[in-house]
Amino acid sequence: MTMPGRTTAPLSTHAREARLGARGRPWPPAVWPLFGTLALILLNAAIDALSSGGPGLFGPGAFLHVAVVDGVPAGALLDVLNYGATFAILGVGMAPVIGTRGVDLSVGSIMALAGAVAATLSVGGSSPALSIGAALGVAALCGAWNGLLVAGAGIQPFVATLVLMVAGRGIAQMVTQSQIITFHDPVLEYLALGRPGWLPVPFAFLLAALLLALTLLVVRRTALGLLLEAVGGNPEAARLAGVRSALLVGGSYVFSALTAGVAGLIAAANIKAADPFNAGRNLELAAIFAVIVGGTPQQGGRMSILGAALGGFLMQALITTMYARDIGADVAPLPEALAILAVCIVGTARGRSALARLWRRS
Amino acid sequence: MRRFVPRGDSVTWVATIILVALVVLGAVRFDHFASLANLGNILGDYGYIGIAAVGATLVIVSGGIDLSVGSVVAFTAVALAALVNGGMHPLAASALALAFGTAIGATMGWFITWFELPPFIVTLVGMFAVRAACFLVSGESTAIAHPYLDRVASGWDVPLGDGGALPFRGVLLLVLVAVGVVIARLTTFGRNLFAIGGNARAASMMGVSVAATTIGAYAVAGFCSALGGVVFTFYKRAGDPTAAQGLELSVIAAVVIGGTRLSGGVGSVVGTLVGVLILGVIRLLIDFQGDLNAAWTSVAIGGLLLAFVGIQQVIGAIATRFASGPEEVTHGIDRSA
Repeated sequence: MTMPGRTTAPLSTHAREARLGARGRPWPPAVWPLFGTLALILLNAAIDALSSGGPGLFGPGAFLHVAVVDGVPAGALLDVLNYGATFAILGVGMAPVIGTRGVDLSVGSIMALAGAVAATLSVGGSSPALSIGAALGVAALCGAWNGLLVAGAGIQPFVATLVLMVAGRGIAQMVTQSQIITFHDPVLEYLALGRPGWLPVPFAFLLAALLLALTLLVVRRTALGLLLEAVGGNPEAARLAGVRSALLVGGSYVFSALTAGVAGLIAAANIKAADPFNAGRNLELAAIFAVIVGGTPQQGGRMSILGAALGGFLMQALITTMYARDIGADVAPLPEALAILAVCIVGTARGRSALARLWRRS
Repeated sequence: MRRFVPRGDSVTWVATIILVALVVLGAVRFDHFASLANLGNILGDYGYIGIAAVGATLVIVSGGIDLSVGSVVAFTAVALAALVNGGMHPLAASALALAFGTAIGATMGWFITWFELPPFIVTLVGMFAVRAACFLVSGESTAIAHPYLDRVASGWDVPLGDGGALPFRGVLLLVLVAVGVVIARLTTFGRNLFAIGGNARAASMMGVSVAATTIGAYAVAGFCSALGGVVFTFYKRAGDPTAAQGLELSVIAAVVIGGTRLSGGVGSVVGTLVGVLILGVIRLLIDFQGDLNAAWTSVAIGGLLLAFVGIQQVIGAIATRFASGPEEVTHGIDRSA
């Protein structure tokens, strides 16, 4: 997975990185969010077990406690899988964008827009297939628009997607005429709340897993991933080597928007309503967090799609932990933001050398 | 025999023409649109945005971006509310808030320059971290009451001819624009900002301290955001942790519409004032129209931002074709670092 595409980091840094990992081969970046998630779960379990008067390891109210409510298993651990799916889907979509040196700040607004379109159509009497198709179509259109601005017009990604981040939410409000639209559509609701057979997880989790598997298949079993990373490493060199950079970069925004559309449908299905004001708000940070924690460097050139998906679950583990410890959801972005900063710093040459110095000293 | 080569000022002129056109449009369509009272209202309502935008102009000229504006404004409001209600004089509390804003800006600047991180990542982290800090101070909106606030709110307005008044926060905006022009055009620091925004490496080879200038730019921007926050708090009389969400976009829109190039090196503080006025006039037009949804404002701002980024892109392309300067040599090389 390590590509020689990065121009900034000297080889010795790679060597040092390798030594920091296991003997012989460096660990793949995707293990870190997995470790992080497990560490958070262990931390919660330890607090539960050790606090006097607490719920104990598996007692009611404990992090590891699994209750059955209305015939459906529930608990903090399952929340991580349930709600982490949305972040994982966003992360899988954002990884190719950041891998090609871009960023998509409009995913939150596209979520709101997709939910608004689906809910409005569904309430208007359209078939579920049409509602879902139209929502995804609108999302893809948004992505094409972003891709056109970035790859076609050469506008900086964060500015180009900032336009839709602001205007998109406005458009979503126009679609629902500034109202929260509640809908009743078994197929749409199944997206988030459906229980396929005997599984303890909802359909959304399966959707995330399916999306991850498909993306990995297409990106890693064909040359697509290599080409994307080549474009991220050096767009101009890739173009001169015959890679159609503009098409790949543009395509990555369409993919990101499509995943945002899916996430928007799940978010709407979760509350059986489309809320153009709050759906997807701040989730662009969640997506960037998932990708960067998952081992895709913010300067592009490499990407880990599996890492991004696992990063999404780490994100939810963090949020669930804060809920379990009675810290308000409003404060949750603080550790997220600091974690992003820390991971970014570790990714820089200066950050690494500082870390290496600490490593030697201890 | 000099050929016409478009410069950064061209966008500012386009913006000025659009501003005049919008005012004429409003004056033709609605009675009482083009009045001094409305000008006073716009300068007052958009005072805090303009004040923050002056600082953002300097950051963007230096090739950076500041996404933390809205959060710093909200934090200033929440902190002022807590301090003043705790018995501190508003002026002393404001001084503390300004110091905090400057420190936050300088810290972000340090991270950007020391670790060579992209400004939008660092300031995005700042945006979320400071917003979360607001909720740590206070979970809900708290009103502020202090006799000093009443005096500022009513006593310091400048009366305008037709019965309207220019609120003190509007005066403050104009003063800050003047200070911003002086900093940008007449000081070494200002020239260094343009130099590192145009080409950081060339500037560094000429002896400009890129690190000090970058940290300075973000410190000034943090100060301006906090000052905007102080003005906002004196105006709204409340510290709301959810206030000023998405403000950074209005600020960036005003800066870009005013002719400052987002890739840095070209810009004008007066242009930013024009940009703020355009935002204000659009809002006024939507209000006068009456039957338009509030969502139109965000769509209009997004569209306008896009239009002006497009105009800059075209002007930049023309300028590159006519003036075969260092722009072409650096083509394709990432200058964002």
